[in-house]
Amino acid sequence: MKSIVVVGASLAGLRAVETLRREGFEGRLTLVGAEAHLPYDRPPLSKELLAGEWEHDQVVLRRVPYDDLDLEFRLGVAATSLDVAARRVSLAGGTELEFDGLVIATGSTPRTLPGQPALDGVFTLRTIDDCHAIRERLDAGARVCVIGAGFIGAEVAATCRKRGLDVTVLEALPQPMVRGVGMVLGEVLARLHRNRGVDLRCGVTLESIEGHGRVEHVRLADGERVECDVLLVAVGVGPETRWLESSGLVLDNGVVCDETLLAAPGVVAAGDVARWPNPAFDGEVMRVEHWTNAAEQGVYVGGRLLHDDGDGPPEPFAPVPFVWSDQYDVKIQIAGRFSGQDRMEVVHGSLDDERFVTIFERGGRISGVLGFSEPRRVMQYRRMIAERASFEAALEFAAAAAG
Amino acid sequence: MKIVVDFDKCTSNAVCMGIAPEVFEVREDNFLYILQEEPPESLRPKMEEAVRMCPTQAISIEG
Repeated sequence: MKSIVVVGASLAGLRAVETLRREGFEGRLTLVGAEAHLPYDRPPLSKELLAGEWEHDQVVLRRVPYDDLDLEFRLGVAATSLDVAARRVSLAGGTELEFDGLVIATGSTPRTLPGQPALDGVFTLRTIDDCHAIRERLDAGARVCVIGAGFIGAEVAATCRKRGLDVTVLEALPQPMVRGVGMVLGEVLARLHRNRGVDLRCGVTLESIEGHGRVEHVRLADGERVECDVLLVAVGVGPETRWLESSGLVLDNGVVCDETLLAAPGVVAAGDVARWPNPAFDGEVMRVEHWTNAAEQGVYVGGRLLHDDGDGPPEPFAPVPFVWSDQYDVKIQIAGRFSGQDRMEVVHGSLDDERFVTIFERGGRISGVLGFSEPRRVMQYRRMIAERASFEAALEFAAAAAG
Repeated sequence: MKIVVDFDKCTSNAVCMGIAPEVFEVREDNFLYILQEEPPESLRPKMEEAVRMCPTQAISIEG
């Protein structure tokens, strides 16, 4: 393999190029990024950076010089198409890059609302430029309305409260994240925000977003109006695969990969775009939009591209997904797979205390864990999930740990 | 090899503890404790993984 192109210059793409060099790839290595910035870390965009506590230089992802990586950078230029058969990526402006190996790490793009008007003050939050634009409005004392009570919406609401700003959160479902965590934990999440002054309204239907040139208010189906200067649409993301539509790759809510993240010979995907069957969960096909997944997959695909088939089949990518969200003084952590439908048990602390651990059961095994400010415990259960421990064993562990 | 943690950055996600519990321990008080500041060379791959996977990039290796 003489040349490798990595499309996507965020966490997964960076970890991929670092791994390729660490594992001895000496050929031409090109890193393509749609944004003009060097790789930076996204989690702080809804927290420290938005709060005004940190600046850009504190969110750079690589704190040592890039020289060692000997990269050819193509930043501020998006990939527009891929021809797998011809081994060629086309970039905006017409440049074409030929490759022997390709890493697809284009991440995801925020969803917008159907018929969302192009008014000043209406934002999504994905990039550092988005963050700075919103932050400028917060600095000016904006009244904020957030649509969607997922992690991004909740973190932005928490940041606004920390800044002393009024914030309303509108959620279509009866509780925050109810599909993912169920009604009981949804209520706990709702209380976390209401106790700190967020006007959280669940089960509401959005009628329209109105204003003259700039957003003035949101109208709900019951006629209620929510006045705001900033409207953040935080209704999830979709995998950034538009540039791959004519590539010949199989796309289905992401780039469809095998259990080694291979999408085609010499073509791998990593991060939010990759959809793969995870052997750690009986081959459940998943696409994971979290930081840790992007980091782990970036490292993995670097090794995967260099794998010599003469050494036997490569180890599959089989992690226990993990995500954290810091809201106010609470660290929410989730590992594994579960939904609001699965059996849940509180194994440490109490749901009333903002410090607890719940575990989830699927098929007799512990499949997931959710903790509030219990990182030690969450990691212990994450390990049990990886070891495919029975739910009974997890309950016994909990009882023993509780003394 | 010396393990250095920037405790201003560390937010105790305990990812490092998941990777190398013999070196990193987050205790009941939710603070990270380093059990071996100079772990044996045999642990280097795990230490490098902990550096890469730390959500706040709080860990570095000297030497």
